[in-house]
Amino acid sequence: MTAASHTTIARRRRRELIAGAIVLAVLALLPLAVHDTYSRNLIIITLLFAGFAQAWNVLGGYCGQISLGHALYVGVGAYVSTMLLVRGGVPPTLGMFAGGAVAGLLALLVGWPCFRLSGHYYAIATVVVGEIGYQLFLNWDWISAAEGINIPYVRAIGDSWLWLQFRIDKLPFHILALTFLTATFLTAWWVEGSRWGFSWRAVKDDPIAARSLGVRVFRSKMAAAAISGGLTGIGGAIYAQYVGYIDPESVMNGQLSILIALPAVLGGVGTLWGPLVGAAVLIPLSELSRSYLGGSGRGTDLMIYGALIVGVALLRPQGLASLLGIRVRAPRDVAGDVAESPRAA
Amino acid sequence: MLLEVDRVSKSFGGVAANVDISFDVQQGEILGLIGPNGAGKTSLFNSIAGQVTPDRGEIRLDGARISGLGPVACVEAGIARTFQVVRSFDSMTVLENVIVGAFARARGARAATETALEVLDFTGLAARADAPAIGLTPSEKRRLEIARALATKPHLLLLDEMLTGLTPTEAQAGMQLVRDVRTRGVAIIMVEHVMEVLLPLIDRAVVLDLGRVLTQGHPADVVRDPAVIRAYLGDRYAPAA
Amino acid sequence: MGLIYALVAAGLSLIFGLMDVVNFAHGELLMLAMFAAFLIWQATGLDPLLQLPLVALLLFGLGVAIYRLLIVRALSVPFNRGMVQIFVTFGLAIFIRGAAQFAFGGEYQSISQSLLANRTADIAGIYLPLPQVASGVVCLLAFTALLAISRTEFGRALEATREDRDAVALIGIDRDRIFGLGWGLGAATVGVAGTMLATFYYVSPNVGANFALIAYVTVALGGFGSLTGALVAGILIGETESFTALLISPALKQVGMFAIYMLVLMVRPRGLFGRL
Repeated sequence: MTAASHTTIARRRRRELIAGAIVLAVLALLPLAVHDTYSRNLIIITLLFAGFAQAWNVLGGYCGQISLGHALYVGVGAYVSTMLLVRGGVPPTLGMFAGGAVAGLLALLVGWPCFRLSGHYYAIATVVVGEIGYQLFLNWDWISAAEGINIPYVRAIGDSWLWLQFRIDKLPFHILALTFLTATFLTAWWVEGSRWGFSWRAVKDDPIAARSLGVRVFRSKMAAAAISGGLTGIGGAIYAQYVGYIDPESVMNGQLSILIALPAVLGGVGTLWGPLVGAAVLIPLSELSRSYLGGSGRGTDLMIYGALIVGVALLRPQGLASLLGIRVRAPRDVAGDVAESPRAA
Repeated sequence: MLLEVDRVSKSFGGVAANVDISFDVQQGEILGLIGPNGAGKTSLFNSIAGQVTPDRGEIRLDGARISGLGPVACVEAGIARTFQVVRSFDSMTVLENVIVGAFARARGARAATETALEVLDFTGLAARADAPAIGLTPSEKRRLEIARALATKPHLLLLDEMLTGLTPTEAQAGMQLVRDVRTRGVAIIMVEHVMEVLLPLIDRAVVLDLGRVLTQGHPADVVRDPAVIRAYLGDRYAPAA
Repeated sequence: MGLIYALVAAGLSLIFGLMDVVNFAHGELLMLAMFAAFLIWQATGLDPLLQLPLVALLLFGLGVAIYRLLIVRALSVPFNRGMVQIFVTFGLAIFIRGAAQFAFGGEYQSISQSLLANRTADIAGIYLPLPQVASGVVCLLAFTALLAISRTEFGRALEATREDRDAVALIGIDRDRIFGLGWGLGAATVGVAGTMLATFYYVSPNVGANFALIAYVTVALGGFGSLTGALVAGILIGETESFTALLISPALKQVGMFAIYMLVLMVRPRGLFGRL
């Protein structure tokens, strides 16, 4: 054991992993305690969105680039995987990785010009990009545009892990969603202690000093974009398989973008547990309020939602995770001005 | 010859900060860059460290051109610098600050941490490794600056007013640290205002005035040069020619 | 339409330029203004054109209230300041939209009888719908008014407070009062825009979202903090939208204007006239 593994940093990271394993075990065993379909469905959705939030967190929280158009990658992942399945007969277990790859590449493409923009300009640009994607997909006939695509359940194959179709028992999706969440969690954990993690934090604190120590700012941002977009894409494919139907409205619109970013912010942006805590609070709340209150179109769910956001933002800006005693770093203004040009680094 | 500064000139918006500057730095040497305020020292530093590109002339490290390539390329080539106003990463601990620098050379997190720990030990900050960087005393912050820069394993270290504003005891400790850095085989260029501290430390001095090199040579000679005295103190104090 | 966009954007620009606060609730304020115009018309039959001062005043008050109640707190938060204000205003937007749905239901309404509705104007041989023309005129007037205000002492105080919040305290300018007034002005601007919009656009709780995005794009395109920028950008966006609808396809009209936005930003990351 070298000196490095004795540091407080190393000890803390080991603790995080252990805590993660415990949480994972609890979540895995949850279906044993909960039996009704509605709740199980809710759990699966929450797990998926927690994964989305964690993936978003890599770019938005750790790297500090607030992307409000992230649903684009969900949609791309979903569509690539589904098109491969429906038109090409490719099983989703492979298709989701293809979806992730395309989404990751797209994220790089978007990042290349956008990372040059600072703070608010960047955020708005991401919204615009998301909208452009949404509008384009809405009018693209090759992918059935606004009608959407139904993912058929192929009787001949039956329940299958390869093809990710399960007719009655949704339990496998619970496992799948949990695996996705674990993957994003581990990625975030790994990234936190990696060269990129340090680079991002340094840049957030003082970009000039960071450069003077050899940090390649632009390259590190691109890495964040690729990781974040790629993971989101994979999740998108899983989401598509679970829901069984996709259209631009459900996998690519602005509302979804917000729903992905919000848990991370609410729970504590740039932290390991923030997105999980945030999703655990936000997703059930939004689903429940929509079911019980929103049906009448009376908007009470929105009011609660909105009030909650304002409340947490004002009273606990470092995120709800801090209520659980989780140490939250005090990041500098995350939407601050760090404008980049590809030539610089 | 480690570093060659070859007829470097730089203007900012019509004001000439550096004009035709030429000198070199040898391996393992401690060079002092001195001159009154406004002589162009910081601007020269910025050119050598890559933050700024000279308008004319070239800067070479080990024979290869490094001017105009940007700060990151300079770090990779082996030049590191500190800043006059300490720029620590306030959201991180001391150790984490240094790790950022270590990543310039280290392959992975473990190697970077090893390097960082070693450097912290060397600069005497090991006890403060887990302290938040904002909580350091001014002299500790200066050490942190040096530690971070050293973590990038440079061949040449640029120190920007490291010893200014320290108490005599702190300054003595600082000078010892600079000497220790040299024993690691790192060449150093220092900019200082406080002459009594600088002169005993350096091997050679380059004097700048109004953007040009006034003279260079051994510190003892340079300090007796009438032109230098005049530049610093004005005509009234020039010794009778 | 471009001019309406411009006006809405101007209000936003004002608020952002003031204190680096991007007001995500701006679209909802527009929606509230439109509802105000509609309700007043419904209750009293007062023509929207004549309501202008009234609605503007209402919105002004609302703007100040929002500032005093929420924004002041948001600005003094210990950390994550940039994100907090994004999400506070965003949460506010969602809340307002929910409240509107709650209070007014989700149907579309419109002001059917007014001085302007269903009439056309003959301008140099081209028949244009009167409401739109009138709106254009009102917006131009409003812009002139805004520009005039920015030249006054108040306007300059606004500028100064934006540049350096702490320094102005030293010369006796109460930051909160100035910012509050600034917010009020920004909201009032949107109030004018909303009233005019209500003369020819449908009124519904969801209308805010559409215009909000366009407003942000317009402001970013024109450059945060610049009134002229907002004006130019608004016109540009409006025209691009029409052209795209005409030349390519109505469904993609938004893509056209977004594309222009992205293009400009690549070349000038701070927007056309941006100072931040």
